[in-house]
Amino acid sequence: MRVYALAVYLFLYIPIGVIAVFSFNAGRYAAQLQGFSTQWYGKALANPFVMEALQTSATVAASSALLATIAGTLAALALQGVGGRPRMIFDALLYIAVMVPGIVIGISTLIALVTLFDWLNPMIASLWPVAGTAPQLHLGTGSLIAAHGLFAMALVVIIVRARVAGMDRSLIEASADLGATPFGTFRQVTLPQIAPAILAGFLLSFTFSFDDFIIAFFVAGSETTLPIYVFSSIRRGVTPEINAIGTMVLAVSLMVLILAQTILRRGGVRAPEE
Amino acid sequence: MTGNDDSPIAELRGATKRFGPVVAARNLNLTIRRGEFLSFLGPSGCGKTTALRMLAGFETPSEGAIFLDGQQVNDLPAHRRPVNMVFQHYALFPHLTVAENISYGLRQRRPKPPKADVAAAVERALETVRLPGFGARRIWEMSGGQQQRVALARAIVNEPKLLLLDEPMAALDKKLRHDMQIELQTLQRQLGITFILVTHDQEEALSMSDRICIMRDGQIVQMGSPRDLYDRPKNRYVADFVGKSNFFDGTVESVAGDSAKMTGPGDVAFVGHAGEGVAPGQAAMASVRPEQISLSRGAGGVPVTVVNRIFLGEHTEYLVRNPDLGQFLILASRQAEAGEGNFEPGDTGYATWRDGAALILNND
Ligand SMILES: Nc1ncnc2c1ncn2[C@@H]1O[C@H](COP(=O)(O)OP(=O)(O)OP(=O)(O)O)[C@@H](O)[C@H]1O
Ligand SMILES: [Mg+2]
Repeated sequence: MRVYALAVYLFLYIPIGVIAVFSFNAGRYAAQLQGFSTQWYGKALANPFVMEALQTSATVAASSALLATIAGTLAALALQGVGGRPRMIFDALLYIAVMVPGIVIGISTLIALVTLFDWLNPMIASLWPVAGTAPQLHLGTGSLIAAHGLFAMALVVIIVRARVAGMDRSLIEASADLGATPFGTFRQVTLPQIAPAILAGFLLSFTFSFDDFIIAFFVAGSETTLPIYVFSSIRRGVTPEINAIGTMVLAVSLMVLILAQTILRRGGVRAPEE
Repeated sequence: MTGNDDSPIAELRGATKRFGPVVAARNLNLTIRRGEFLSFLGPSGCGKTTALRMLAGFETPSEGAIFLDGQQVNDLPAHRRPVNMVFQHYALFPHLTVAENISYGLRQRRPKPPKADVAAAVERALETVRLPGFGARRIWEMSGGQQQRVALARAIVNEPKLLLLDEPMAALDKKLRHDMQIELQTLQRQLGITFILVTHDQEEALSMSDRICIMRDGQIVQMGSPRDLYDRPKNRYVADFVGKSNFFDGTVESVAGDSAKMTGPGDVAFVGHAGEGVAPGQAAMASVRPEQISLSRGAGGVPVTVVNRIFLGEHTEYLVRNPDLGQFLILASRQAEAGEGNFEPGDTGYATWRDGAALILNND
């Protein structure tokens, strides 16, 4: 059993390890190690295409995470007041949203957006005062943010709601009892209590969007995110530069995930034992 | 707006609270006097917390009305009522320090009181609950008893007109609980705030309260001073709840004024104060407190055999048996023991009580 588990872990992590090791390879060819060097990191960071893709990715990740965090937190708070059958339906929909494969979300979002644009664009054009100059809605950064934000919102709702549900209701009553208005209670008691979950939700949404290839591939239009850039360069062969990019993305994602976990765990044990 | 000293601080008028099919409080009528220490006593689920929550503003009565200081407050939300509550599990804010917890109520006031005043009030409150210098601590760095005192300080610092305490000592061990009971009582006299304490500990209610309100199934059964309830319980339920007692079944022989005579098993006669609804010829119950019965070796009275003996220090509690009356308790003082000597399990003797020592109650 031990050996089996070890084999599984090796199978999972050796390719990642190889990428990280080869990103420091001094030689040009991915097949043989020729000593240590960080030149590929420098090359990757100096590549304008990489930098542009990175910028797109960062913009999309930050915007969609912000959107998802705000909408998700509000939804989680609102769901507190919902019970019975409607609650069950909402719960089921949330978990489905998280479990549906990315490719399904990618295709369906693409179809939905394209249908919507086909319907809206003529309408805008017909209402536009000067013929031929009407703006066209198209796929791009906007649709990336929308698709990622929508998906990540389900994540945020699940994380924040777990925290809201675990909150002692009597704290809210105690606050009201001491004269705080409903908004005062929200600001001084509810928000500080659920802040770790909100922050963790934001970080997870950010990494999700930053790393996502499948959904982005369908809805990006002419935009290039970092994963899409990596994918298209790989068709021309794996270069150490790609390894360096992959390693950097991995490092950033891991750091953010660990940070999110730490925040969630710390937030959990801060309540008194009794 | 504020009434004079004779007007009640709070009132429940026909207050009923339903949760779906459950009636948690049924037609409660209660007047709370300014400055008194009142206890709600009753078994789990009898509606004590519900009554308190209606006063605090967390529940709106389904029927009837709540009055605070002469004003109907049914629709006044909790945050606008001049009432503070100490929660059963304290409900201290874990993300705030002890001092921030205590100042919370003052900081909600508009216009905001000056920072220096708030800090001074917090320091005074900490001193009152004997926790000076603990302000900077975190809640989880405090012991259970200390947390309880922080919860108390957080409430009293606001100088509420009415302080509600929902089993504040339930989580404490016996010794600490006793200390806190004394502190709470002292504090109440010192501050002159009206206290309403919820408890299902009869000793706690008896020792601390000016008046006790005994509840059952969402209703008030009897209300009165601890002595009233102990000496003149209305029915068996109250007699059973307040202090220890022996109960004997029988039939009412005669009623004269507020006194009745009952014949129990083996034709033993019980004479004493008649409770509510006791009438001649009816089945009833005699309640005799263990300390009202004396145990002696000389003949006369009910012959008994000692079954068990528990030494309680100042007193000794005997469990005795009579073929007709069954088992009952006798509480003998040290003095009585000095006269009669110790009884060992298996010894025989005679149990006697004065006429008038019994209470004749209906079977409710
Ligand atoms: N929010 C609620 N929803 C439904 N039923 C409730 C609710 N609150 C209380 N009840 C019911 O009302 C009754 C009285 O409850 P309450 O909490 O007032 O009892 P209590 O006397 O305080 O008991 P305890 O000593 O156990 O705290 C119980 O039967 C309880 O189940
Ligand atoms: Mg209760």
